[in-house]
Amino acid sequence: MTETFSFNAESLDKVKFELSKYPEDRKQSSVMSLLDIAQRQNGGWLSKSAIEHVASHLEMPYIKVYEIVTFYSMYYTTPVGKYFVQVCTTTPCWLKGSDEVVKACKEIISEKQNELSNDGLFSWMEVECLGACVNAPLVQINDDFYEDLNYENTKNVLQSFIDGNLSPIGSQIGRKGSRAEEYVKS
Amino acid sequence: MAKIKVDGTEIEVRDDMTILQACEEAGREIPRFCYHDRLSIAGNCRMCLVDVEGSPKPVASCAMPVNEGMSIHTNTQKVKKAREGVMEFLLINHPLDCPVCDQGGECDLQDQTVAYGSGKSRFDLNKRSVEEKYMGPLIKTYMTRCIHCTRCIRFSEEVAGVEEIGAVNRGENMEITTYLEKSIDSEMSANVIDLCPVGALTSKPYQFEARPWELKKTETIDVMDAVGSNIRVDTYGWKVKRILPRLNEDINEEWISDKSRYACDGLLNQRLDTPYVRHDGNLNATDWNDALNECLSFMKNHKPDEIAFLVGDFIDLETSYLIKQLSESLNIKKIECRQEGVRLPYSDRSQYLFNSTINGIEESDCILIIGSNVREEAPIINTRIRKHLLNKNIPIGLIGEKFDLTFDYEHLGNDLNILKSISDGENNFCKILDKAKKPMIIIGQSVLSRDDSLNAYSLIEDIVHQYSFLDSSWNGVNTLQLSASRIGALDMGCYQSSRSLKDIYADAENGSLKLLFSFGADEIDYSKFQNTKIIYMGSHGDRGASNSDLILPSAAYTEKDAIYINTEGRLQYAYQASFPPSEAKTDWKIINQISEMLNLNWGFVTLDDVRKKIKNQYPDLFNQVSADRPYKRLLANKASKISFDNKEIGSMIKDFYLTDSISRLSKTMAECSQIRKELRNGKAI
Ligand code: SF4
Ligand code: FES
Ligand code: FES
Repeated sequence: MTETFSFNAESLDKVKFELSKYPEDRKQSSVMSLLDIAQRQNGGWLSKSAIEHVASHLEMPYIKVYEIVTFYSMYYTTPVGKYFVQVCTTTPCWLKGSDEVVKACKEIISEKQNELSNDGLFSWMEVECLGACVNAPLVQINDDFYEDLNYENTKNVLQSFIDGNLSPIGSQIGRKGSRAEEYVKS
Repeated sequence: MAKIKVDGTEIEVRDDMTILQACEEAGREIPRFCYHDRLSIAGNCRMCLVDVEGSPKPVASCAMPVNEGMSIHTNTQKVKKAREGVMEFLLINHPLDCPVCDQGGECDLQDQTVAYGSGKSRFDLNKRSVEEKYMGPLIKTYMTRCIHCTRCIRFSEEVAGVEEIGAVNRGENMEITTYLEKSIDSEMSANVIDLCPVGALTSKPYQFEARPWELKKTETIDVMDAVGSNIRVDTYGWKVKRILPRLNEDINEEWISDKSRYACDGLLNQRLDTPYVRHDGNLNATDWNDALNECLSFMKNHKPDEIAFLVGDFIDLETSYLIKQLSESLNIKKIECRQEGVRLPYSDRSQYLFNSTINGIEESDCILIIGSNVREEAPIINTRIRKHLLNKNIPIGLIGEKFDLTFDYEHLGNDLNILKSISDGENNFCKILDKAKKPMIIIGQSVLSRDDSLNAYSLIEDIVHQYSFLDSSWNGVNTLQLSASRIGALDMGCYQSSRSLKDIYADAENGSLKLLFSFGADEIDYSKFQNTKIIYMGSHGDRGASNSDLILPSAAYTEKDAIYINTEGRLQYAYQASFPPSEAKTDWKIINQISEMLNLNWGFVTLDDVRKKIKNQYPDLFNQVSADRPYKRLLANKASKISFDNKEIGSMIKDFYLTDSISRLSKTMAECSQIRKELRNGKAI
């Protein structure tokens, strides 16, 4: 497989901005931002050539960049779906029923995590606490949180991506921010 | 200086020392895995914990500097417990496979478990296991054994200068690997095997060959380049099983190149084990009597000026001396050791030595390299330059082909005329030289072996005398030799002044040369000697032997006691580790025997007799080397109006792994060379 990656014009603008934050001889400091830019351009994951492109861009040895890619869980080295669903299964979410969310993902996306759905639209994986436990359980799809999930509305959210008629981000039971649930009902 | 207390005894140490170093100074042993004197400090194994008064927790001594008044305890109950704890953790994921592990018997983990471990484990879950990683033809990996000390990573980054090893993933899943399991592209790569404190990185060619305690260990000198690295040769019976570096701060510190380490399997292949003589076009085995008689009749049949002696790359000092004696007794003038084709009319040692010495590199404040791929010609010297560069960012300039030397330098261009512009003060590099107090120049053989080398050298001498390359305490003029025999042979006078190998070629081609006596000279072009009778004395059936009419089998470097002088002019003793195969004889004895048959009455009975004679005649060779040796100007005239038409400087070494008769016959080296070719042809990192 000989896929090649290089930054497109839009990414290059962002790269330039990131690089401008550091002195020229310390440009390696921007490696994490550049990897993120590359990952976004590359459809959510970092291919070999994307990693090497970033490394060459910053004059770093490949292995050093590869170390960073594998160290941080925010970089992916295998393809992910166009909509990448990260399901939080840490204790608070789990107590509030993240098992149901996982079940919905399995039904709609794929039996196993990190597998593309048949239409290539989704993939999902379990992650640790996403830091929004007040609205547990929740998933992160690409950059957005979908909160207060259960089996039903998880399916709805996923379906809305298929239909192209997106559910609103945030709470799926209509609460504002993380107000107490009684407010929602009244 | 700081006054501290170690286990109650007061001691004064430099205040830039770490606690670990201070404890060592005080004679305490501190166990460690990740700490290594020659690498940066990582502080990640926690084995070196000690107790410091006033600190509630034990301290990692390798990473903590000493403080005035500190009181350190290395043998309290607390320390013992801490060490036991660390050992227990380290062993959680370490397999219990010592019986099948090549590191067994020389493993830091084994030793320290015995000394500091608790002897039991409370871990009853599954151990993790890690897949083997490919790191090239020399390094065998068994990554489940890795304790993540990161010594191998730090070595490749800091010493070898190739950032190719790294740790991927994190926590429990951390694994040491090269990028996408590529072979490590370094001449020094196998040193990580010695560094690895456990059996995670072991030697592939030596895999399951022997146990350390059943090997005979001989401390001797390496001959794969002119550096004279100190090595230890481990033998089992006749066979050389492996070669390891030996500590010598003046030369190789504790590293050796991959060629020094692994060309040794070439010692088993294509050995000349009996004399051969050519009859009707075929080489037939014969006995010594017959062979030596044949040799004498060859020599008697020709006039002295029809005979040439060539001294090869592995010839020791004693043999060079005897070859020179033989040539003088027989009045043979054509004697040459410079197989590269150098023709300078040397008149003093300082003209062909690495005068600044290898240690001197670390004093220098500017280096100008002319036509030398130091990385391949002398990996140890390259490593030293790199080390110096990491400590102190000195300017380095290179004239000649552009090489990846593992460090940054200014490429002045591949053009000999740059020498002229420097000598005329017109080059930008002059400003740098102006400022330098102890500059070094390193002259490669690719400049000296040119036909116009006299011009180049006179420019070099001009430059040298214009800047501060020479003063009473510093000699910055360095010729980098390529072979272990060279300095010794030059010192013994095995060269013709103002003539070179190329003139001998010419003699052979015009028919005035009738007999060539090649003492292990395998790097010359034998096709020039088609109408010349050839006697070859050597250990391996390589180029020389296959072209000769008479073969006198001799010992390889591990099979004899000998003296070698390295490129700095440092005289070192090599010791016999194994013995010459079958009928082969030690080199000096063969020549001595010839002299006896010629009734030359040298009167040598033992090797010591020869050495005494050399010492009498050349007492200076036995002196210590130092960077303040005076330089004697070789060419009297100042260079004027010189320009070079053929201005590019080539490279001496075509293939680092295959440079001599031993490495060319080594399977391991062939494999390395193949893989390097693939690496270089593929994508460059
Ligand atoms: S492979 Fe050996 S040297 Fe490298 S980190 Fe593991 S234990 Fe240390
Ligand atoms: S546990 Fe799910 S967001 Fe914190
Ligand atoms: S030797 Fe000090 S932490 Fe490893």
